[in-house]
Amino acid sequence: MQVEARDLHFARGDRQIFRGLSCHFPRGKISVVAAASGGGKTTLLRMIACLLLPDRGSLVADGSLDLTQLSRDEVGRYRRRVGMLFQFGALLDTFSLYDNVALPLREHSELDEEQIRVEVRRVFDAVGLEDVDPLLPGELSGGMVKRAGLARALIEKPELLLCDEPFSGLDPPTVRRVEELLVSVNQRFGATLVVTSHHPQSTLRIADHLVMIDDGAAVEGPPRELMRRDPGAAEFFLDAVPGAALGSAAR
Amino acid sequence: MSPAAPVRAIGASVLRAVRGLGRFSLFVTAVLDAGARPPFRLRRLLGEVYDAGVLSLLIVCVSGFAVGMVLGLQGHNTLSRFGAEESLGAVVGLSLIRELGPVLTSLLVAGRAGSAIAAEIAAMNVTEQLDGLRMMSVEPLDFVVAPKALGMILAMPLLSTLFVVFGILGGWMVGVAVLGGDSGSYLSTLEDSVAFWEDVVGGIIKGVVFGVLVGFIATFRGFTARATTAGVSAAATSTVVIASVATLIFDYFITALWGY
Repeated sequence: MQVEARDLHFARGDRQIFRGLSCHFPRGKISVVAAASGGGKTTLLRMIACLLLPDRGSLVADGSLDLTQLSRDEVGRYRRRVGMLFQFGALLDTFSLYDNVALPLREHSELDEEQIRVEVRRVFDAVGLEDVDPLLPGELSGGMVKRAGLARALIEKPELLLCDEPFSGLDPPTVRRVEELLVSVNQRFGATLVVTSHHPQSTLRIADHLVMIDDGAAVEGPPRELMRRDPGAAEFFLDAVPGAALGSAAR
Repeated sequence: MSPAAPVRAIGASVLRAVRGLGRFSLFVTAVLDAGARPPFRLRRLLGEVYDAGVLSLLIVCVSGFAVGMVLGLQGHNTLSRFGAEESLGAVVGLSLIRELGPVLTSLLVAGRAGSAIAAEIAAMNVTEQLDGLRMMSVEPLDFVVAPKALGMILAMPLLSTLFVVFGILGGWMVGVAVLGGDSGSYLSTLEDSVAFWEDVVGGIIKGVVFGVLVGFIATFRGFTARATTAGVSAAATSTVVIASVATLIFDYFITALWGY
């Protein structure tokens, strides 16, 4: 699935978050959305998930499906093609990990419990979780919560996977592990990934496409190209690639 | 300050209240609609009946017993001045079945289970669990809210009935076992004075109505709470306050309409 944002405007109270933001997320690629804190990364992700409507503008999936005009039933059908990894997992805290991941299949599929068990095993294996079935989300570390959230997002084989700050609050080895997971999800399942992040190193390692939001508008392109031509992107990558800022300043 | 300012403030408050009632009505309609359509979540409903009902049993039974003991003591002291101690069963029974049973049960359950429901749903909102459900195409009104509201509606009349039974037992304990009244008189005046339709069915109807009030107020306050920790506590507190006041107001109207 590919998604395109067209001329989005959005304000919270007096604060204008998007002022005509336009960008696109190409099919089958990993796109990273970067912005300063409070710059609208999560807001954009929630709009793509139909959890939030823009004040003006449109979001179009696959060239023709206007996400801002969908009925309730159509939103339900669209979301079945989309998985979302929330920043803090958003797992149901009274359900075991197994039940959390099995829930979408129990709700929407005709599979019997044995088939559901096989599917849950498949995604647990894919995200590297073992022997966690009876655990409650509160009994897991931050990294395991992210992986469990990812397992739940993957259980219905989504065409589009939205990941909200998947690297935040994790130690460096776990960050690398989650990066590898996202890349493998992209490669194994062929899903389009939209990832919000303020980790420049991770962005450079995983992104095919970078969307930089600055002052309510977006610039986009391949990360290294964007780093060369856009001062905001150069500044974002300052820590990861010190020469980036220098190159930008020289231009 | 402009002379019109107080009027404007009153007008704004009234408009806010009307808007709130409108939102509440839409919410109730949506929950009933979600609950009436398949899939019917019987297991989740039973779980909620357990949470609201079984987990409230101790507090309701103990409170009912204590209230019955007080009624037995006060009733015996008052009736004995007129030589009418044998009517104690009628006094205790009617007080409990008509008023105290349903009303006090509702107040107790609003404080214990109602606040817990509101806080749980509000916390699910803060931690994005409701959005997580939406992203799985699982409607929170259907999956979370409807079972909780319907569970409360089922549990409340049952708890109210238990409150009455333990209250009558408490009254008997004090009036007969402690103060030496006649057990046969206690039970026979109770039996003679209580009418099935007017008293028992009326009391059960109150229990159902109070269950509706507490169930929907608690779920509404939780569902519409601000997504902050302060929002969670505000949802729990306001549930207890609003549900308690609504119980007392509706009690008057049901009593008047039922023709006691």
